[in-house]
Amino acid sequence: MIPARYTHTAIALHWLTALLIVALFPLGVYMADLALSPLKLRLISYHKWLGVTVFLLLLLRLAWRVSHKPPPLPDSMPLWQRHAANGLHHLLYLLLFAIPLSGWLMSSAKGFQTVYLGLLPLPDLIGKDKALGDLLREVHETLNMAMLVLLLAHIGAALRHHFIERDGILARMLPFLERGDSR
Amino acid sequence: MMRLLYLLLLLTAGAAQGAEFGPLLAEKSSVTFVTRQMNVPVEGVFRKFTAQMLLDPARPDTGRAQIDIDLGSVDAGSDEANEEVKGKSWFNARDFPRASFSSTAFRVLGGGRFETSGKMSIKGKTLEVRAPFTLRQEKDMLVLDGSFPLKRLDYGIGSGIWSDTSVVADEVQVRFHFVLTPVRK
Repeated sequence: MIPARYTHTAIALHWLTALLIVALFPLGVYMADLALSPLKLRLISYHKWLGVTVFLLLLLRLAWRVSHKPPPLPDSMPLWQRHAANGLHHLLYLLLFAIPLSGWLMSSAKGFQTVYLGLLPLPDLIGKDKALGDLLREVHETLNMAMLVLLLAHIGAALRHHFIERDGILARMLPFLERGDSR
Repeated sequence: MMRLLYLLLLLTAGAAQGAEFGPLLAEKSSVTFVTRQMNVPVEGVFRKFTAQMLLDPARPDTGRAQIDIDLGSVDAGSDEANEEVKGKSWFNARDFPRASFSSTAFRVLGGGRFETSGKMSIKGKTLEVRAPFTLRQEKDMLVLDGSFPLKRLDYGIGSGIWSDTSVVADEVQVRFHFVLTPVRK
């Protein structure tokens, strides 16, 4: 049984964000330990641009989510799973907001403005402050570790629904599936 | 119009007093610069420099200046950058500890603006530079503010892998703010 699916827009935004996170995470880990070089400066800029893009996609997603109700969960799903899924999704949204924000603030505190795509300067919300910059780096890293754990739970749950419970939950979010009701 | 009046006032005041300015108030003066890294403006500062200047606002053409900048005192925005920029491919501050500018050529540009041209020596290379600036009198001090673009690669600053100007731009904007006290005769 294929239940109602997410809209094409929601599916596109979800997977685009997923793709960016898959690129951003290792890029961030790799560049942080590089010795100062033109490559490092270039990678940091790319990382920041991608991070801003995730943030912008999040805003679009939230706007879309508010105006488009997600498809209902199957009746077979127990209540605790509904609550767990709901809580996990909220936490993921929270991190999708907090991680780019902490990166942006960290850049400002370290005295390096974020210029999106090398074209659009974002305002520095805080001034240069070395101690605060180091703290925000810790925050950025810790939030990312939390994101990693939550994503593993998110992916694990999706796979469990697909392969063990076979309740069609994953198919609601898979692109290029045209069976069922795609609103 | 106000600027012109102000300039006239400044000039006549200077002429009336025949006031020369020279000794630098180091703690109120600064030499800073802005580089562009991936098109992100990053500010830096030289914490130590000396300047011998003599400037009479009434007769700017008699002005002269010798400015020496301690390159080891650079703050390029982060500890990592500070280490890097003192190294061989950038300033090579061990072999070339100072950058210097000397000029005996000052002229009035008009509209409250002046210009000095002189020789800039960095890392063993000497090139002619021009720097426009403004003057204003604050109490008994003369305040001089100006900036000029400097092409770092002309002096071999940031060679090797760093010569890639798509990461760190060739042009560096250098800004100076000098507060001069009157010469006591």
